[in-house]
Amino acid sequence: MRRRLAFLLLGLLLAVPAAAADDTSSAYRPLPGGRFASVLPADGKAAPAILEPFRLRTEPVTNAEFLAFVKRHPEWRRDRVPNVFAEKRYLSHWAAPDALGPGALPRQPVTQVSWFAAQAYCESEHARLPTWYEWEYAAAADATRTDARSDPAWRDRVLAWYGRPSNQALPPVGGQPDIHGVRDLNGLVWEWVEDFNAMMTSADSREQDGADKFKFCGAGAITMEQKENYATLMRVAMLSSLKATDTTVNLGFRCAKPD
Amino acid sequence: MKRLLLTLAALLAGGVHAASPLPTDSVYQMAVPLTGQDGHTAPLAARRGEPQLVSMFYTSCTMVCPMIIDTMKATRRAAGEPGRVGLLAVSFDPARDNVDALRRYAAAHRLDARWWTLARTEPQDTRALAALLGVQYRKLPDGEYNHSSALLLLDGEGRIVARTSIIGRIDPEFVAAVRKLAGD
Repeated sequence: MRRRLAFLLLGLLLAVPAAAADDTSSAYRPLPGGRFASVLPADGKAAPAILEPFRLRTEPVTNAEFLAFVKRHPEWRRDRVPNVFAEKRYLSHWAAPDALGPGALPRQPVTQVSWFAAQAYCESEHARLPTWYEWEYAAAADATRTDARSDPAWRDRVLAWYGRPSNQALPPVGGQPDIHGVRDLNGLVWEWVEDFNAMMTSADSREQDGADKFKFCGAGAITMEQKENYATLMRVAMLSSLKATDTTVNLGFRCAKPD
Repeated sequence: MKRLLLTLAALLAGGVHAASPLPTDSVYQMAVPLTGQDGHTAPLAARRGEPQLVSMFYTSCTMVCPMIIDTMKATRRAAGEPGRVGLLAVSFDPARDNVDALRRYAAAHRLDARWWTLARTEPQDTRALAALLGVQYRKLPDGEYNHSSALLLLDGEGRIVARTSIIGRIDPEFVAAVRKLAGD
């Protein structure tokens, strides 16, 4: 899914403060893409995902980076953002609308951000959120392999992270890079994806039969494959339960760009 | 230009309402342009002022989508054909649903242009609009779409005041909400 933000007629009528001043200093790494066996088959049955080459942000967006964004785009301050784009808990762990404080260290990944806020941030880096397939494909790597998912050690590491209590302070970004040079895909925070509302598994998948069969139109709800890969399936279940305005203490994001 | 960096654009798009700020929970906060079956492009927020029944669909869908359109028609009829309630259905499928496809679909389904708008967005806006409306969709390799079926009622300021996922028959509670809003 390639996205290119076209110029908006409305925008031409407006003076847009600072939009052109957004600096793209954060590093992105190229990933080759190709055919990928996702836990969510492209056709709902068995078809692999086909990924174009893309670039992925090496690290999740940090509190310091998001603070700089909010200062450039004050309409995304927690006291100014419309409710239709972010719920009440948005950035509520910050000391003030424009200050981090002790509950949000500069190098910690930003969390408590809605999908709309994450997407707006990525637009400020001339980027977008990664698609689920891009994210899942990237996160399948480890330090030496592009797809380590069949290794029980890979799954154990992911699951061990899930077991970490969520009331502990988040570590800073900057874990060991994987084979692509990307860090912290597993083991730090959950991350938004562009098509979080495309997973069609949020409702109990039994609903594709019986009384509620019209809930999802088309070829029926997606079936999840690779049942043994429940480390990834848990992430799908979490993402698909979210609304675009939701924020959580463990949910952050990173951005992606076309190659 | 960046859609979500431009939330204030909706304020200007409200025309005669431009002076009064939009409610913070209004979907018209999003500056998304819609192109209707008549080829005319206007911001979503241009619908400000009158209640709207809103859904998403795509014209090549043969199964549930015609039921969505029929359910919108039936809901309006059950609510007493209120003249001031607009009907808007936005396509998931901007690649295939060009203006011509929308126009042909509107004609085939005898949609009265006085109330009805079938619309498309630019592809990069469709996902954000669905997120705004709480609609899920997924493109399949064969070009079809899986999608949730939702019918939303917006008040004149663009606040979502009622929602139903009942498709294929009218939802009495939803009809009552339309009737109440149209009578205000």
